[in-house]
Amino acid sequence: MRKIISAAVAAMALSWGAAATAEETIKVGVLHSLSGTMAISETTLKDAMLMLIEQQNAKGGLLGKKLEAVVVDPASDWPLFAEKARELISVNEVSAVFGCWTSVSRKSVLPVFEELNSILFYPVQYEGEESQRNVFYTGAAPNQQAIPAVEYLMDQGVERWVLAGTDYVYPRTTNKILEQFLKDKGVAEEDIMINYTPFGHSDWQTIVSDIKAFGSAGKKTAVVSTINGDANVPFYKELANQGIAATDIPVVAFSVGEEELAGLDTAPLVGHLAAWNYFMSADTPENAEFIDAWHAFIGSEDRVTNDPMEAHYIGFNMWVKAVEAAGTTDPDAVIDALVGVSVPNLTGGYSAMMPNHHITKPVLIGEIQADGQIETVSETPGLVAGDAWSDFLPDSKPLISDWRAPLSCGNFNTATGKCGGAGE
Amino acid sequence: MRALLCSFFMILALASASTAETLDRLREISAGFVTKDYGQVQATAEALAATGDARVATALSALRGGDLRFRKSDKQVFRVEKVGRDYALFDPFTGEAMGQAGSRETSKIKVNNAIRNAIDGLLGGLTLRADDPAIRLDAAEALFKSRDPGALAALGSAIEAETDGSVRDAMREARASILLASAQNEPQALIEAVETIRARGGQDALGLLAQIGADYPEPVQEAAAQARRGIEQSLMLWGYGQSLWQGISLGSVLLLAAIGLAITFGVMGVINMAHGELVMLGAYTTFAVQEVIRTSAPHLFDVSLLIAAPLAFLVAGAVGVAIERGIVRYLYGRALETLLATWGVSLILQQAVRTIFGPNNREVGNPSWMSGAFELGEMTITYNRLWILVFALTVFVLLLLILKRTPLGLQMRAVTQNRAMAADMGVRTAWVDAMTFGLGAGIAGLAGVALSQIDNVSPNLGQSYIVDSFMVVVFGGAGNLFGALAGAFTLGIANKFLEPLAGAMLAKIAVLVFIILFIQKRPRGLFAIRGRAVEN
Repeated sequence: MRKIISAAVAAMALSWGAAATAEETIKVGVLHSLSGTMAISETTLKDAMLMLIEQQNAKGGLLGKKLEAVVVDPASDWPLFAEKARELISVNEVSAVFGCWTSVSRKSVLPVFEELNSILFYPVQYEGEESQRNVFYTGAAPNQQAIPAVEYLMDQGVERWVLAGTDYVYPRTTNKILEQFLKDKGVAEEDIMINYTPFGHSDWQTIVSDIKAFGSAGKKTAVVSTINGDANVPFYKELANQGIAATDIPVVAFSVGEEELAGLDTAPLVGHLAAWNYFMSADTPENAEFIDAWHAFIGSEDRVTNDPMEAHYIGFNMWVKAVEAAGTTDPDAVIDALVGVSVPNLTGGYSAMMPNHHITKPVLIGEIQADGQIETVSETPGLVAGDAWSDFLPDSKPLISDWRAPLSCGNFNTATGKCGGAGE
Repeated sequence: MRALLCSFFMILALASASTAETLDRLREISAGFVTKDYGQVQATAEALAATGDARVATALSALRGGDLRFRKSDKQVFRVEKVGRDYALFDPFTGEAMGQAGSRETSKIKVNNAIRNAIDGLLGGLTLRADDPAIRLDAAEALFKSRDPGALAALGSAIEAETDGSVRDAMREARASILLASAQNEPQALIEAVETIRARGGQDALGLLAQIGADYPEPVQEAAAQARRGIEQSLMLWGYGQSLWQGISLGSVLLLAAIGLAITFGVMGVINMAHGELVMLGAYTTFAVQEVIRTSAPHLFDVSLLIAAPLAFLVAGAVGVAIERGIVRYLYGRALETLLATWGVSLILQQAVRTIFGPNNREVGNPSWMSGAFELGEMTITYNRLWILVFALTVFVLLLLILKRTPLGLQMRAVTQNRAMAADMGVRTAWVDAMTFGLGAGIAGLAGVALSQIDNVSPNLGQSYIVDSFMVVVFGGAGNLFGALAGAFTLGIANKFLEPLAGAMLAKIAVLVFIILFIQKRPRGLFAIRGRAVEN
């Protein structure tokens, strides 16, 4: 009897062990708000990540193991982002994290990733002025979005500029860069109007009439909008209702994509512009496949794809390739392997990870169509490499970032020859 | 010049006599649309318009609307209409049906803003003699903007033939605008043009006059400068009017958001943090109603809000009664617990809506009578805001009547003033509490119907209004509806007059600081209720 029991126990132990090895997975953290203000934008990215992981598993996983998504909800609460990041890395032991949307959430998790030495892929366009060893920026830096958009409008004859934004770090920095850029191009001070509004601003009457008045000085005027999230819908509604058409005063937005337009009647907005690195309307086989997969995964033909989703697509594939090259998920090895990795993007080219942890992308300028899609009207001839430190801000002009040995520095000052930013 | 014009018209007449030939010519030109080069598309549109053929107008408006496509196989250009996932093809000039094609078989002729602008001008030239005066007016306005010197001759003859006074004025202004575009024109004609533009007034006129630079003859420059000063002065006065209107409009939004709270917080003393979410429920009810109408009865779209309003009242009211019966009634007299409990309810409602409808914004359309704007002098008044003002005041008056003229209102006031005595008189105080709370909640739902027209319908809708609502009620004086009215409009107007001076951010801060100071001085708000009710 005792024998039988011990045999049974041994068998159980064995099978248990076998099961454990069979189910050993590589964990991938997904750190996007599923509740609170930012849920509107970030929930989609969570779904996109789940889809990408599912696809990778269907292809046989990674290093012979299955991938497992660990989804947490930081609830649009910035300090909670740091806590949840810590939980993902130390408790769930994820190999990499894909997440964050707002700059403030990214800033809040930076120290955690540095301390615990993990990897974060950040998929949203941002203000630049940052390069951190543990973070890979797959969204656009200002020179990959804002500057080409303004250059396009200059080609279209715009001479007067309204820089309108929500009052926080991304619009403030972007507008500072743009203001300097415009002045360098010979735009006079009085031809630039800068305006900031609180988060979720809903009464745009005054600002829209101000824009209208500013635009009637006899020079072609355009609005460069870094207005964020929810505030865009009432802004565009007011524009439409006050009869400002894109043919009079075009608005080029950096935070308005297909997803944001889904809540709007876009017929009065036809011709207003958006600048991104990806539009759902991109006519490539990769994109058609991605859209079909997305519709199948989410179970609805009405859902749109957008630029941050493409950024995750690129970032995830880069990570997969780097892990395969390194043969391990060890953060140090993967961080080194990531630089130089090149994967297809959805607009018919390849994106490569640069030594400054930003990627190369094409810049697309598109006009909003009546069906809520954005149609490319201009595209940079080649790929644009993300510049972590803007050349249009005096403090960041001499800085470069290169995480390859021997420099291994995110803010090397070429003027002083030291690593450590603009100081002295 | 006249001889030239004559021969031009003769050619036109000849051309239209042999329509088949011109049609071939038009088709030949339109082959130029098969390109990815925006410059070539624009040149092709201009070449088409230059034929002067009336049939070009339909093709150009189709091009502008993105309804012109070419078949990839034979590069033939069609006007298309969407039929399911396919396109029905029509001849762009004659409108003759030409069969169907799948969306991948054809390719859209892309246009950008520059081309849209050019087309507006070209269409303006082509439709100056249209039968409908509204189209002629649009044509004149388009020419005013495009300032195409090629249209001068057509404008001149159109002005002479024009029978409608206001259209003729618009055409004269368009002609003046075109004349002013070039410094080479006769000084006398330029000065007359400046006068015409001055009479028009407004910001467009100001922009035109600003372009008269040093290369113009001196008297013209002087006349322009004078005209600008005059327009600027009148614009400034109108600017105050515009700010006042915007303030009133913001006030009406605040009033709508706060008026329900004036009942639950003001009359009952319940700090209802879920008030904003009740507003949101109203907005989502509107969305649901519109969704049903879109799929089953599209012709009812214009009355969708009228259908949504009572439903929103019932939905939000029912949720309100449930909150009162389920939670709030156990917490009367414990302000802090009520605050926390209702805040919890607000989070639950938000997440519930997020789960059911998704986290994204939902599209709520403006019915046609709420879209667009009209000009009152130099003021732009948007219809949606005008109707919201009317709606806010109607709700206010109705609520006042309910409180003052109905048995329910009487009981409500009795219970608020002296609960024990009201109970002794046979009033079912618990029932009255539930109804009062439900009334406040229902009105929040009504506010949601209105707010869905100007704000985005998302689970976060309520959050943005809760602070403002409390501000209005506290400032106006709790327990007094007129306080909420005065509070809402004071805050709205103050905000809008501060905003141009200080910016949206600072204006908001300034208003908050002002309220804090005001409450220090008058803790009970603008319209304080005195008496025993307050003392308990």
